[in-house]
Amino acid sequence: MVEKTFTVTAETGIHARPATLLVQAAGKFDSEINLAHKEKKVNLKSIMGVMSLGIGKGAEITISAEGSDENDALKTLTDTLNREGLAE
Amino acid sequence: MSTLISGIAASNGIAIAKAYRLIEPELSVEKRSIEDVEAEISRFKEAIQKSTVELKVIRDKAEQDLGADKAAIFDAHLLVLADPELITPIQDKIQSENVNAEFSLHETASMFITMFEQMDNEYMKERAADIRDVTKRVLSHLLGVHIPNPSMIAEEVIIIAEDLTPSDTAQLNPVYVKGFTTDIGGRTSHSAIMARSLEIPAVVGAKSVTDSIVNGDLIIVDGLKGEVHINPTPELVKRYEEAQEAYASQKAEWAKLVHEQTVTQDGHHVELAANIGTPKDLEGVRQNGGEGIGLYRTEFLYMGRNDFPSEEEQFEAYKTVLEGMAGKSVVVRTLDIGGDKELPYLQLPKEMNPFLGYRAIRLCLNEQEIFRTQLRALLRASIYGDLKIMFPMIATLSEFREAKAILAEVKQELLDNGVQVAEKIEVGIMVEIPSTAVMADIFAKEVDFFSIGTNDLIQYTMAADRMNERVSYLYQPYNPAILRLVKMVIDAAHKEGKWAGMCGEMAGDEVAIPILIGMGLDEFSMSATSILKARSLISQLSLDEMKKLSQDVLVMDTNDKVKEAVLKAVNI
Repeated sequence: MVEKTFTVTAETGIHARPATLLVQAAGKFDSEINLAHKEKKVNLKSIMGVMSLGIGKGAEITISAEGSDENDALKTLTDTLNREGLAE
Repeated sequence: MSTLISGIAASNGIAIAKAYRLIEPELSVEKRSIEDVEAEISRFKEAIQKSTVELKVIRDKAEQDLGADKAAIFDAHLLVLADPELITPIQDKIQSENVNAEFSLHETASMFITMFEQMDNEYMKERAADIRDVTKRVLSHLLGVHIPNPSMIAEEVIIIAEDLTPSDTAQLNPVYVKGFTTDIGGRTSHSAIMARSLEIPAVVGAKSVTDSIVNGDLIIVDGLKGEVHINPTPELVKRYEEAQEAYASQKAEWAKLVHEQTVTQDGHHVELAANIGTPKDLEGVRQNGGEGIGLYRTEFLYMGRNDFPSEEEQFEAYKTVLEGMAGKSVVVRTLDIGGDKELPYLQLPKEMNPFLGYRAIRLCLNEQEIFRTQLRALLRASIYGDLKIMFPMIATLSEFREAKAILAEVKQELLDNGVQVAEKIEVGIMVEIPSTAVMADIFAKEVDFFSIGTNDLIQYTMAADRMNERVSYLYQPYNPAILRLVKMVIDAAHKEGKWAGMCGEMAGDEVAIPILIGMGLDEFSMSATSILKARSLISQLSLDEMKKLSQDVLVMDTNDKVKEAVLKAVNI
C-alpha cells in the first residue's frame, strides 16, 4: 500500500469541480483508493463519499492506494492535485 | 378542432411549431418481491447503462451548445451514476431482500438524499439534488417512462411548461425553441424576461396549457395578443402565417431606425438602452440600435452552475460587454440574488417572504467575499469602456454608503497592486424600494445616478407579490401613486444635476413612455426587442405636450383613468 498526505490549498476546498476531477481520476485505476480526513475514510471513487467529508481549505488529507497499479494511481492523483492548485 | 387558451402576452411575436412538454412525469415506485434476482440485477444494470449513455450525450451537447460550465453539472451526475457507494448497496438490497430494482433504488437513494440534506454544509443540498436527478433518470428507464431532456431538443418546438426557472431556460437552445407558454407567471416573471431577451414569443399565465396540450400538438403562440391556439385549423394557421409576415414587415419598418437618435418631434433627446443578462445578448442590442446598456443583470453569471464564477471569469464577461459596447454607457447591477432567485451552491434558509428578505445588497454586504470578488472583476474591466456600477435593493443611505466604501477599498487595493482602474466610474442605485424613492432628494446628493426598477417598486408600493396571480390586478404601473414616486425620483436627480433612468418593465411600456418623456426621464432601459418600437413612438411625441400630459395624470384618481388619458392624447 502507498499513501501520501496533502494540505488543501484550494479556496473552496474539495467541493464541486475539484471533487469531480479527483473521483474521475481515481476511477481509472483498479487499485482500491481511499481518502482520509480527520477520523473519516472514504472510497475516493465515490463522489458522494468525497463530498460527504466536507473538506475545506487548509485541511489535511491522506490518499492511499492498494493494488496492482497503486504507484501509478498515487502519482496521477498527486499530479491532479498539484496541477489544479488544489493541494500540496 | 382548434382550441384557444388566453394568457398574458409576455414576449412579442408569433410562433407556430409542435409542442414539447417540459414537465416532470410522475414516477411512482411500488414494492414488489421478485423471484429471479439475477434478472432483476441485470435489469438494473441495463437502466444504469442506458442512463449513462443518455447523460453522456446530454453532457456533450450541453458543452457544445452552452459551454463547459453548463456541462459540468452532468459530469457530476455521471459520477453519481458510477458511484460504488450508491450502486453496490442497491444491488445488495435486491439480492438480500428479493425486492424489485425500483424499490431498492428508491430506498437507497432516499437514504443518501436525507443524509446529504441534513448535513450542515452549503454544498450538500446540491449533492442531494444531483442524487435526486440521477435517481429519476434511472427510475424512468426502469419504468419505461420518458423524461424530458430540454438540452436535447433538435427540431423546432414550442415549450409547454408549468413555469420555467432560469436554469431551465439556460438549457434551451434558441435555435430550436420558437416560443413558449406556461401555466403561471406574469409579464415580469423571469420566464417572461428571458423570453424577451431571447426574442422568442411567449404567453405566460395561460393557466391550463399543461393540461390541454400533448407532445406533438401543433401550437400557435401569439405573443402579441396573449393567445395560445392548440391544433389550429389550416385556415387559422394561414392567417397566422400572414400575421407573422405583417409583424416581420412592421419590424423591418422599425429597423430603419437602428442608427437613428431617439428624439421627440420637438428635438428633445433621450437615451434608449437595453437590459441584458449575458454577453451573448449584445448581438440583439446592436441589431436593435441600443444606445447603451441600462441594466446588466450579473446574476446570470452565477446561475445554472456548481460553484461561484471566479474573478477571472467575471472579468472576461464584463470586459466582453464593455468592449462590445465600444465606449457607450454600460450600467452593471451588482449581484441580485436571494429571494426567488436561488443558487444551488449558496445555501440560504427558506424564507416566508423571500421578496422582503435576505437578498441583493443585503446579502452582498454580509457575504462580503462574494461582493468584493465581483467588484474587483468590475473595476479591472472598467478600463475597457464606460462602466457604471449600480447597487440593487438599496433601502437606506447607510447601505449605499457601506457599499460605496467597500468599492473604494477594493479600488485602493487594486491601485496599490499596480492594477489599472478607470478614473471616473459613476456609482448609482436602483430605486425599487419606496423608502428610497421617498428619500430620493437626500440620496441624490451622494449617488451619481438613479435607475428606477419599476417591477419591484410597484410590488413594494402596492404590497402585492408579483408572483401571485390572485393579486396581479394590483400590478398598476399607471397608478398615480407609482407615477408620483417616479416623478419625485426624476426631479430629485435633476435638482442635483444627476441623471435618472428606468430599467423596469415600465420603461418599454407604450402607455408609460409618453408620461415618462413628459416627466423628463433621461434614460429608458428595456428588452432590446422593444427599443425600435419605443424609438418610433417617441419620434411622434412632442415634449411640451407630454409635459402637460404628465402633470395632468399625476392628479388623476386611478390607473385606468391615466391609461385612458394617455391613449386619448397619443396615437399608439
